[in-house]
Amino acid sequence: MVSTARSAAPSAARANRRLAFRLLVVTAAMFGFGYALVPLYEIVCDITGIGGRTGVVSEAAATTGGVDSTRVVKVQFVATVNSGLRWAFEGPQEPLEIHPGKVYEANFSASNLSRRPVVAQAVPSVTPVGAAAHFNKIECFCFTRQRLEPGETRIMPVRFVVNEEIPRRIGTLTLAYTFFEAEPDARSAARDDAASHGTRTNG
Amino acid sequence: MSAATTHDAHHDDHHHHGPDPGVLRWVFTTNHKDIGTLYLVFSFLMLLLGGVLALGIRAELWSPGLQFVDPDFFNQLTTMHALIMVFGAIMPATVGFANWMIPMMIGAPDMALPRMNNWSFWLLPFAFALLLATFFMEGGAPAAGWTLYPPLVLQGGANLPFAIFAIHLMGISSVMGSINIIVTILNMRAPGMTLLKMPLFVWTWLITAFLLVAAMPVFAGAVTMLLTDKFFGTSFFSAAGGGDPVLFQHIFWFFGHPEVYIMILPSFGIVSQVLPTFSRKPLFGYESMVYATASIAFLSFIVWAHHMFTVGMPLAGELFFMYTTMLIAVPTGVKVFNWAATMWRGSLTFETPMLYAIAFVILFTIGGFSGLMLAIVPSDFQYHDTYFVVAHFHYVLVTGALFGIFAGVFYWLPKWTGNMYDERLGKWHFWLSTIFVNILFFPQHFLGLAGMPRRIPDYAVQFADWNMVSSIGGFGFGLTQLLFAWIVLKCCRGGKQATSEVWDGSDGLEWTLPSPAPYHTFETPPAVR
Repeated sequence: MVSTARSAAPSAARANRRLAFRLLVVTAAMFGFGYALVPLYEIVCDITGIGGRTGVVSEAAATTGGVDSTRVVKVQFVATVNSGLRWAFEGPQEPLEIHPGKVYEANFSASNLSRRPVVAQAVPSVTPVGAAAHFNKIECFCFTRQRLEPGETRIMPVRFVVNEEIPRRIGTLTLAYTFFEAEPDARSAARDDAASHGTRTNG
Repeated sequence: MSAATTHDAHHDDHHHHGPDPGVLRWVFTTNHKDIGTLYLVFSFLMLLLGGVLALGIRAELWSPGLQFVDPDFFNQLTTMHALIMVFGAIMPATVGFANWMIPMMIGAPDMALPRMNNWSFWLLPFAFALLLATFFMEGGAPAAGWTLYPPLVLQGGANLPFAIFAIHLMGISSVMGSINIIVTILNMRAPGMTLLKMPLFVWTWLITAFLLVAAMPVFAGAVTMLLTDKFFGTSFFSAAGGGDPVLFQHIFWFFGHPEVYIMILPSFGIVSQVLPTFSRKPLFGYESMVYATASIAFLSFIVWAHHMFTVGMPLAGELFFMYTTMLIAVPTGVKVFNWAATMWRGSLTFETPMLYAIAFVILFTIGGFSGLMLAIVPSDFQYHDTYFVVAHFHYVLVTGALFGIFAGVFYWLPKWTGNMYDERLGKWHFWLSTIFVNILFFPQHFLGLAGMPRRIPDYAVQFADWNMVSSIGGFGFGLTQLLFAWIVLKCCRGGKQATSEVWDGSDGLEWTLPSPAPYHTFETPPAVR
């Protein structure tokens, strides 16, 4: 084997080790930075409303500002169920025409079509991007996880207010909810699918 | 460094002059030339393997309809082709050049941390064994694309943990390699070799190594999050638990865009060595080259979201990433200008390395221009996820990075082996590669503009003709690489004896050494003017 010592005098070897160690610290810091991007992303999303994040306000706070009855904004509703969750989920079919600053209520409805109790979480998103920051909910079924027994149907209300500062260019906004299974138990889900379809299970 | 001479006087008592005999030499070696050779051989094997997968893709796309593979296996082919080419072929090849050439170019006896060097290389075969083993697992290899986007990547078979651990090993390997390169360049230069006297190849690798140290750990973090999302109940990217799949795209491309420059900068360096040699003129604008490379490296960290314009970003974000991306064209333009100006009124000869270097400048620039088109947000909405993107990044990575590597191999092969390669065969390899690679990738621009999506095993009939042309180019380009293997093998076994200078216009410390370069070089530091 070839000597490694010959490549450098002892002091040089020490300098090499010291620099290598520093670079290793940089590497570790960058690994940490990758994780730091997670909360950083949350903050940026909350501030800018990217990703359709909506705000939460109390009933009292929602009604302090005046109602701008000269303006009408159309609110559309979208209800989606993520793949793997055997629920039916519907929102209001007609768009709601609202005045900024006034509190409204819309009713969604969800039913559990599977043969086991399922806990699911609804995740909201508001488009277009500029609208999300001005869309505030007072009460929502998405604040908590929803548990439905087999065959159970529940009306799920959402109370919301669109604040007056919503940019003039936004005439229509869309409130979308997607239900995800909160504690997926792969085996019981597969069993449930097999039972209801009578087919082989995959994925 | 004066200790080196006294050390030499009695080192015969303990050590051999040359390499250990037998196969174990390659396992235990800490010699930078041995390790460089290992990296280069390994990367060529991976190039062939990744190439075979690509030929599987091109065979399936020869005509519309499903011929040879089912769609899921097709997706495994595209995913594994990319992972192998990026992490197995291009990156290790450039690290191989760094190992071989950097100590010889800066007058150092070896890399700064030779044992770590050995380990950096030997992680790779294990990493790729893990990755390739996934082909034989239930559910097959990863099939969600090399970008590993969740939730799709989390829905595959048993391959995910294997692929992720393989990526971890590759990451550790390249970070250790980079640390070694930085320490070697900053600490081991011969007296008088100031930073701004270093050959440009050394400069590009110094900057590349910093990019690797900064970007690779972020990627390691991203795949670790995928792993914990899948197996340990975290919800980084799962919307049900409050996460966001788009977050993965941001973290991935924060690594992914610097990664693009990690692959291309060493080739910039090689070309900047080759062009002056065969133009018999010093490199035009040396200092501006260094600053341009550093600017490109810096900009690469603030442009990542141009890979995801269609994800739904605010207009301000799209404008920011569009303008910063277009800004990269400025330092890149400086480099292309300098390369052209280096050749201007030089006494040019066209040996194989020079041909590859000139082809690099022209074809890489085509890839750069299509990159500019992709940077324009409204156009990108049309081009996104089409074959136009495939054509773009293959122009920068094949006719860019890989052609730079070919130029480097032909350029330094006489120094490594002591023999001249067969110039006639070298020219054949160049012309066949260049013609076929353009037949392969140029039509993909047309396909993409006409709307053919990427990563799809079947396509509408109107795309049939150009796909067949592209496949012909693919098989031609693939087979031509067997000629490359033969040329290198032939050169290793014999040929016209190479002089120390090898090339008429060669300049630099490596050309002061005999050919082949002795096993140990610059044990006494050379005098640098």
